[in-house]
Amino acid sequence: MQVLERIDELRSEAEQAVAAATDTAALEELRVRFLGRKAELPNLLRGVAQLEPAVRGQVGKAANQARQAVEALIEERVGALGTSELDAQLLADRVDVTLPGSPARPVGRLHLLTATRREIEDVFLGLGFSVVEGPEVDSVVNNFDKLNHDPAHPARSLSDTFYVSEDVVLRTHTSPMQVRSMELQPPPIAIIVPGRVYRRDSDATHTPQFHQVEGLWIDEDVTLADLKGVLLAFSRAIFGPDREVRLRPHFFPFTEPSVEVDVSCFQCGGTGALPRTGARCNLCKGTGWLEILGSGMVDPNVLAGVQANDYDPERWQGFAFGMGIERIAMLKHGFPDLRQLYDNDRRFLGQFG
Amino acid sequence: MRVPISWLHEHVVPELGLRELAFRLAMTGTEVDRIHHHGVDAVEHFVVGRVLTCEQHPDADRLKVCSVDVGAGEPQPIVCGAKNVAAGQTVAVARPGSVMPDGTKLKASKLRGVMSNGMICSEDELSLASDRAGGIYVFDAEHAPGTPLADVLPISDEVLELEITPNRPDCLGVYGVAREAHAATGAPLGPPPWQEDPGSAGPVDPALASVTVETERCLRFTARVFEDVTIAPSPLWLRARLLAAGQRPINNVVDITNYAMLLTGQPLHAFDLDRVAGGTLTVRDARAGETLTTLDGVERTLDPDVVLIEDADGPTSMAGVMGGERSEVEATTTRVLLEVATWDGPNINRTMAKFNLRSEAGARNEKGLAPEQALEAQAVATRLMLELTGAKLAPGTIDVGAATTETPTLRLRDARVTRLLGAPVERAESRRVLEALGFGVAETGEGLEVTVPSFRRNDVTREADVIEEVARLSALDTLPSTLPENRTLAAARLTPYQRGRRRAEDALVGLGLSEVAGWSFTNVETLAKLRVPDLPHVELLNPMSVAQAILRPTILGSLLDVAAHNVAHGAGELALFESAPVYKPGGEDGLADEHHALAALLHGPVAPGDWRSGAAPAADFFAVKGVLEHVLATLRVAVTYAPAEDAWPFLHPGRSAAVSAGEVRVGFVGEVHPAVAAAWDLPHTAAVFAVDLGKVLAAAPEVTTYADLTSFPSLRLDLAVVLDEAVPAARVLEVVRAAGGNRLADARVFDVYSGEQVGEGKRSLALHLEFRAADQTLTDADVQPARDKVVKKLASELGGELRG
Repeated sequence: MQVLERIDELRSEAEQAVAAATDTAALEELRVRFLGRKAELPNLLRGVAQLEPAVRGQVGKAANQARQAVEALIEERVGALGTSELDAQLLADRVDVTLPGSPARPVGRLHLLTATRREIEDVFLGLGFSVVEGPEVDSVVNNFDKLNHDPAHPARSLSDTFYVSEDVVLRTHTSPMQVRSMELQPPPIAIIVPGRVYRRDSDATHTPQFHQVEGLWIDEDVTLADLKGVLLAFSRAIFGPDREVRLRPHFFPFTEPSVEVDVSCFQCGGTGALPRTGARCNLCKGTGWLEILGSGMVDPNVLAGVQANDYDPERWQGFAFGMGIERIAMLKHGFPDLRQLYDNDRRFLGQFG
Repeated sequence: MRVPISWLHEHVVPELGLRELAFRLAMTGTEVDRIHHHGVDAVEHFVVGRVLTCEQHPDADRLKVCSVDVGAGEPQPIVCGAKNVAAGQTVAVARPGSVMPDGTKLKASKLRGVMSNGMICSEDELSLASDRAGGIYVFDAEHAPGTPLADVLPISDEVLELEITPNRPDCLGVYGVAREAHAATGAPLGPPPWQEDPGSAGPVDPALASVTVETERCLRFTARVFEDVTIAPSPLWLRARLLAAGQRPINNVVDITNYAMLLTGQPLHAFDLDRVAGGTLTVRDARAGETLTTLDGVERTLDPDVVLIEDADGPTSMAGVMGGERSEVEATTTRVLLEVATWDGPNINRTMAKFNLRSEAGARNEKGLAPEQALEAQAVATRLMLELTGAKLAPGTIDVGAATTETPTLRLRDARVTRLLGAPVERAESRRVLEALGFGVAETGEGLEVTVPSFRRNDVTREADVIEEVARLSALDTLPSTLPENRTLAAARLTPYQRGRRRAEDALVGLGLSEVAGWSFTNVETLAKLRVPDLPHVELLNPMSVAQAILRPTILGSLLDVAAHNVAHGAGELALFESAPVYKPGGEDGLADEHHALAALLHGPVAPGDWRSGAAPAADFFAVKGVLEHVLATLRVAVTYAPAEDAWPFLHPGRSAAVSAGEVRVGFVGEVHPAVAAAWDLPHTAAVFAVDLGKVLAAAPEVTTYADLTSFPSLRLDLAVVLDEAVPAARVLEVVRAAGGNRLADARVFDVYSGEQVGEGKRSLALHLEFRAADQTLTDADVQPARDKVVKKLASELGGELRG
């Protein structure tokens, strides 16, 4: 039968052409040529109805099989050729991945003082202290009198403290917020006070403005041992898990007993000597200890001077401490001159934060 | 306070090495600044020598060649330049290997061709005098050649430099430090050096001297009269001791007053009684305008807050601080009135501050000493006056004012010790510590009854003060570390304001800006450079420098300072911000009006150069406004911008805007006025914003509530409208929003065109409108009425024409 032969012919013709095609575009052309609307094979199929009923089934089946076979063959070849074409495309798309990203985006950083302040704040938040802030221009009463400073205390002098008027100073410490906070809030109270403070002093380790974090915890049974524990936890968080602290007696007008707190040197591990060379540790100057802050048990006179909330010193007690943010940053990052913090040279600032 | 160890050892001999002693003192509250060596070192090379022969140097007129017996071995040749060297003298010899007080090491060397195996020493070369007078030191007494020099002369000592806290004036005397060392180490303490007083109480013959006290600021005034005094240099041991303690020897009488002060902590003053006019002294408050020439030769004008001492001819001394020239002890003095007085400490402190005058006496008197100390110092000084000056003591002691003060007793409850420290201290241990420190102690049921010694009266007034004494000497080193129980019933966390501030700072950092920390200080010149010379500000009474004379009323100056610093150091593009307070006058209670400013500055290209897109555009108004918008959007604070015109003279009048949240003006954004940028030598346009962060965050929602934006899609449409170019975009959006109805969720300008197609004086704004309904998906037909109304209103209110 002629029609059946023609179908076989078309099929083998298509098979040869598909096998010979080298790209997906050629295959697309072949699809149109052999299977498109005007192609012979589909037309044969469409003409089946006009054939004799006896051959109708035979021809229809053969044409359909041929069409499906060609279709499958094209699909298969498209898949194969498509993959290699994509591979070629990907190869051609290759870029120099070592060139910088674009557009270039500058990196912003927090100032070292802010970064350090936040680090300190977060440690004390974790230990249960809230963060409060207060005015930098404050009264002599709040800055000195209510903190039990003797009228003759040298810190009051014009050579040590900036005065705005006879009764108003730039606060010399964050401690005035002890009293301000207690006057606002009844005990128990647990706060830290970060902020800017001022003293008339300028050299490599002093700037006339600097930053402190004050701490205050008052309750009925807060002890000096609690102070030691809080500052041990703080020191380990900031300077490393192996740190120890020690308390050294000192004098501050607003605490009694008063202590200075040393943390074991994180550079030499508290031995005073560098581990590899055995040379004297330059950070702690061979002592094994670094002084980090002043503190003590809040003086009964300070509690008695609180003008609200009945801070009776026979009933309430607790500790206070004050540390310099600059000092913590300097110890931790090892820069030699505090004044660099306020030069704001971006070559300096960019190293931190 | 400098304490020579040899002096300390006269009163207490701790069985500890020097460093261990220093450590123990430091750990019990007496801070040791450093230990320094006084005098010569390598003392084994210093010996007594005898000059056997002394001949002229062959090649040097001023040098002599001596042969010196130094004990063992041959006599040594030593070249000496002193005029007084002579054969037969017993002298001090530094042999090769000696280390002199200035640290130089002596070597055998040739002097003008003659070998010299050492040096014959003068007093200053042995740190026994502060200057060279009289040539080499020659022994009066016989000592065998070769005797170690340190055995016969105080040529070497260690000195503890102590930092004495202001509450412990008793430790401004060697005996007080000895008492501390006794308490800290347990080594026995010798008897007080004032235990035996050669003087007597009772009146002094008024024909010799009399004293009147007319002020309450003199608590006690004692005086003794010495006759037949011979002024001379002090003996060597006394001079050596003063030099080691940092005092320059003057003459025997002055040295005795200094020595007694260094030992007891109580200042003394010696008057030449023959030069005290009328033999009378009056202590009184000065009269306003009165003048006095102090020992340093400065004439000072006094006021009634200053206490002075006068004689019949007028003022002679500034009481408690510094004597006067007129009655100073001098070489011819034969009669001495020795004053030891107790003064009102704060008054002395004020006087010294007022005249910027410090003295060793004033530094002790300002602490407020105990009246009992006056006679202690008299006793020490009297003994030395009799021993060293040949003086005779006139009977009696002038003694005006309170001889004694009540001795307070305090209770020390065992339970209170434990409660304050967090660890118990044995009662017996407390007792041991307190007794060692000179406190009287008696047992009670609940603890101890403690009597405070006079020299601690000002410092120890409450139970807590007694607990400190016990703690520092026996509890601190073993104190446990515990954490307090938190009973505040409040979670510790940052306040919404503090969290917002961190968020704002982090947003700026995320955009590539770097934070700076400027000075709170500035000066009026900076305000003038900012073209706001009259900006109200807070002035300092005592600034450290003219550049830091006021508190900054605006943060802009410090940002420009930082920008200028970095430009001067080679930075082209800058993206800076600061988050810090500014200060204006007129706050509550006479304080400053402080607010926290958040400010940024862009200068030069807004980003680093790029290999693909080339150089970034230069910072300008819109660049910095974009930064501000990003920060405010981060905080969810909606603001409006209005032309600033001339509100901020440091900004470009046509490229600056006032920023408001609702009705509240929160700050500004704009380009820095070119004249201001030039004043800071900035080569490019600087664009800045500054907002009052407190006001901004007050407008931020603490909690946002849900809106359904996802159930139904919104419908977006764009319009281009041609308007007069003078119509602000904000005004256009205002009209659009008013006309758009309640389904108009958002309206924005996304493009601006001006040019020939829209005509002269006109511009086209491309608007993006977004409509949304909570209950349905909108179709074009749904929003057509709103769109029509918007177009109509733009035409009727603003003359806008739809384009295209």
